[in-house]
Amino acid sequence: MSTTDDNVWRVKVGLAEMLKGGVIMDVTNAQQATIAEKSGACAVMALERVPADIRKEGGVARMASTKVIRGIMSAVSIPVMAKVRIGHFAEAQVLEALKVDFIDESEVLTPADEEHHVWKHNFRVPFVCGARNLGEALRRIAEGAAMIRTKGEAGSGNIVEAVRHMRALVNDIKRIATLGEDQLMHEAKTTGAPLELIQYVAKNGKLPVPNFSAGGIATPADAALVLQLGAEAVFVGSGIFKSSDPETRARAIVKATTHFRDPKAVLEASEELGEAMRGLDIRQLDEKELLQTRGW
Amino acid sequence: MKIGVLAVQGDFEAHGKTLERLGVHPWFVRRASDMESLQGIILPGGESTTQWKFLQAEGLDRALCQGAAGGMAIFGTCAGAILLAKEVRNPAQESLGLLDVVLSRNGYGRQVDSDVRFGESKLSAEALEMVFIRAPIFEEMGPEVKVLAENEGKPVMVQQGKVLASTFHPELTGDSTVHEYFLKLAGN
Repeated sequence: MSTTDDNVWRVKVGLAEMLKGGVIMDVTNAQQATIAEKSGACAVMALERVPADIRKEGGVARMASTKVIRGIMSAVSIPVMAKVRIGHFAEAQVLEALKVDFIDESEVLTPADEEHHVWKHNFRVPFVCGARNLGEALRRIAEGAAMIRTKGEAGSGNIVEAVRHMRALVNDIKRIATLGEDQLMHEAKTTGAPLELIQYVAKNGKLPVPNFSAGGIATPADAALVLQLGAEAVFVGSGIFKSSDPETRARAIVKATTHFRDPKAVLEASEELGEAMRGLDIRQLDEKELLQTRGW
Repeated sequence: MKIGVLAVQGDFEAHGKTLERLGVHPWFVRRASDMESLQGIILPGGESTTQWKFLQAEGLDRALCQGAAGGMAIFGTCAGAILLAKEVRNPAQESLGLLDVVLSRNGYGRQVDSDVRFGESKLSAEALEMVFIRAPIFEEMGPEVKVLAENEGKPVMVQQGKVLASTFHPELTGDSTVHEYFLKLAGN
């Protein structure tokens, strides 16, 4: 990489660093974005429909309308992220031209390419991508993702998949950190990840970019759970604006995210909350209905 | 030396690692009670709107002002500098008012305008590497504020007494010059 490329990479990962310890909230309009900012969100994710509605209504889920995204960008001063379909580099080009602060190449939208993800090194704007395990995370990073979020199961209001993916990722990282250098090529082969990134993980015991959690977080205790399992920040999608009390719930999840190791603070955050979104039992879902299996 | 790092949101771990490299244990601060007997505290980068809400909710805003009045040194980077300012613009927001400056948020634009640059400073003969991420800009400064570094004609690091502020992120580089300077300030 040239110095310029290296500097672009550093400011991409740098913004991800700035979001640590925070809550990134899904919003579908400027009014929700304002509520999110007021409640202490460190960034908002602009999208047309929250995952729970995409799941319910079906159809093709695309990048949000640029008019809506523009409205959100002018309504708040915190970073604005927006989603593109997996592999849809032209949607990403549009979002970069619009100057969004972060792009989420997301399995929540209908994939545009079933083989290739966006080659994210071609962009100046940073990308976040979903992953279910170390191999998937490192492939996305090799393509240029500056942040990883474990996928969970978006729009389910059920934390079980977020926990499964975070545990899988953390276990893989811990295991690889115990291996000798002669064992790493085999890991590269079995995980399908580039050797140099496997070597980085073995040496440093962590991913080269921040690792956040998403997909099913609905309560302050859910946030405290994934953070204690190793997430460095959380994305909350349907969990806030599909609950009976978005503003209170948003504030509560923000509080629990900062004080995730302090049960008394999580208790305080949990009190006076109304009803959480109604969740889905993942086991009742058909394989075809799962969003997490999109992308590879 | 007991040095704190505000750890409510942002890149507090990066500051912690820089302090550790200099042989100083970082004391992560989430509540006012964590601030007891600190000689200095770092306000990290992150989102100033998010951080400000915590400062108010936890009474950390009052604790920081009391600390400053009692001679505690404070170093704010980016969002931390915004928290320290006397006045914040674009948009206007409340702040601690411990540094006599007017700061404009996101002064360079959005994330695609973030960049790494090199610039002269009064701290060392060598140019400092400066990582700007959605950085604010110092628009105006009071008479007691001295400029320690400039970039492209704009001040990017300033000091007033024991309050130090930079709009860039020295914690995201391998260079610990600025942190060393802050530790000296806190030790005096």
